[in-house]
Amino acid sequence: MTTTVQTVATLTEAARAMAQGATFLGGGTIIMRDINAGVAAAQIVRTTDPALNDIRISSDKVTIGAGVTMSQIIAHPELAFLHKVARLIGGPQVRNMGTVGGNLFAPHPYGDFAVALLALGAQAVMAGQNGSRPLDDLLRDRSRSPGLVAAIECPRPRAGTFGFFKFSRIKPKGVSVLSVAALLPREGGRIRGARVAWGAMAAGPVRGASAERALEGQSLNADTIARAAQLAAEGLAPPTDAIATDWYRREVAGVYLKRLLEQMERG
Amino acid sequence: MAKKPVNFTLNGQDRAAFADDGQNLLEFLRRAVGDLSPKYGCGQGACGACTVLIDGETQLSCLVLAETVDGKAVRTASGLAAGALDPLQTAFMEHFSAQCGYCTPGMLISARALLDHNPRPTRDEVIEAISGNLCRCTGYEPIISAILAVAEGRVRA
Repeated sequence: MTTTVQTVATLTEAARAMAQGATFLGGGTIIMRDINAGVAAAQIVRTTDPALNDIRISSDKVTIGAGVTMSQIIAHPELAFLHKVARLIGGPQVRNMGTVGGNLFAPHPYGDFAVALLALGAQAVMAGQNGSRPLDDLLRDRSRSPGLVAAIECPRPRAGTFGFFKFSRIKPKGVSVLSVAALLPREGGRIRGARVAWGAMAAGPVRGASAERALEGQSLNADTIARAAQLAAEGLAPPTDAIATDWYRREVAGVYLKRLLEQMERG
Repeated sequence: MAKKPVNFTLNGQDRAAFADDGQNLLEFLRRAVGDLSPKYGCGQGACGACTVLIDGETQLSCLVLAETVDGKAVRTASGLAAGALDPLQTAFMEHFSAQCGYCTPGMLISARALLDHNPRPTRDEVIEAISGNLCRCTGYEPIISAILAVAEGRVRA
C-alpha cells in the first residue's frame, strides 16, 4: 500500500490528523515495520513538537514525553526507578529509537515498559483532549485508536516498593516469555494498594487481580509470597506463540512472581 | 508521491538527495545516495545488519524514515576507514570475524559506537553492545575477540 507521511508542528495538529484516521509515527520501531511490509495505514502523521521529548520531575511524580526514548530514560538520573526496565527493552539500537508512548501500543510479546508503567499506576496525558486517562483504561482500549498520547505521568514509587522482572530465553536481548511488575506500598508493615501487572500473559499488558488480592493487606513474607505465587495465573489467558505456549506461561508465572517478590522482600 | 529533499552529512561529507514518501533510510542510502555498506536483513528491526550512526547513536536504518535525517550526521561502515582502516576493521580481519560478511558492517558500527563512548569495555559490555546485531555464520566469539583486542590496544594501527 502507498503510504503518505505528513509532518506537523504540534501535537494538537497530529491529534487532529489521527482523529481523521492517520496513524502516528513515533520512534519507528513499530510503524516503520508496517510500512516496510506494505501493511501500514495510507496516512501517517508525525510531529516535530519538542513537547514530545520533555521530561519533568517533581517531588512526587515524573512526567515523561511520549517521544522520550528508552536510552534517554536510562541517561536520566532522576528516573533511576525505570532504568532496569528500560535496559530490558530491545537491543541498543531499539533503545535509541523506541519511545515511551510507542511501547504502550507495542503488540504482544512487546510492551514490557508499559507493564512497568501499568503497575506504577501511571496516567496517559492525551494530546488535544482534556486531562489524562489511567493506563488501565488506555491499554484496554489500545486496539481502538484511543488518540494521541502526549506524555506519561507516573507517581514516583517509594524506595523498595517497586520491582520488575522480565523472563526471556535469549540474553541479553530477547523477547518476553513473560514480564511482571509489582508496586507494593506499605503502611505499618502491611501492603496497601498492591498493583501487579503482567506482560505476555494476555493480548497486552494486564493487571494481575488475583495476585493483588493475595498481597493486599498482608505483610510481605514467605507465606504471602507463596499464596500470591499460587494464584499468579488465575484469571489470565496468555497467548501461545513461537516463544511459549499458554500452558507454559501459566505454569511459570507463579515462579517468576515468587522470584520478584522475594527480591523485593530482601530489599 | 511527493519527493522530500534531505540535506545531511554522510561520513562527514555534505550530501543532498530526494527521499520518497515513506522511504526508509536504508533504501535511501543504498538507492538514492549510493552507500551500499548498510545491509538489508529483515526490515523489522530484528537483525541489526542495517545499523548506522545518526548523530553518534546507533539506529536501525530500515526503521528510520529517511526524511528525518535532514540536518543530521549519518555514519556508515563505508566511512570507517579514513585513509587507513579503522582498527576494528583490522581486528575483524586478524580474528577471522567475518565469514559471509553480511552482518559485518552493522557489527562494526555497533562496535565503533561502543568504543567511542567506552574505550575500555568489559567482555559483558561488548556482548551487550552487539546484542542488537545477529550473526548467523561466523559465530560471536571471533567478533567479541576482535572488539576486545582493539579495546585492549592489541591491534596494530
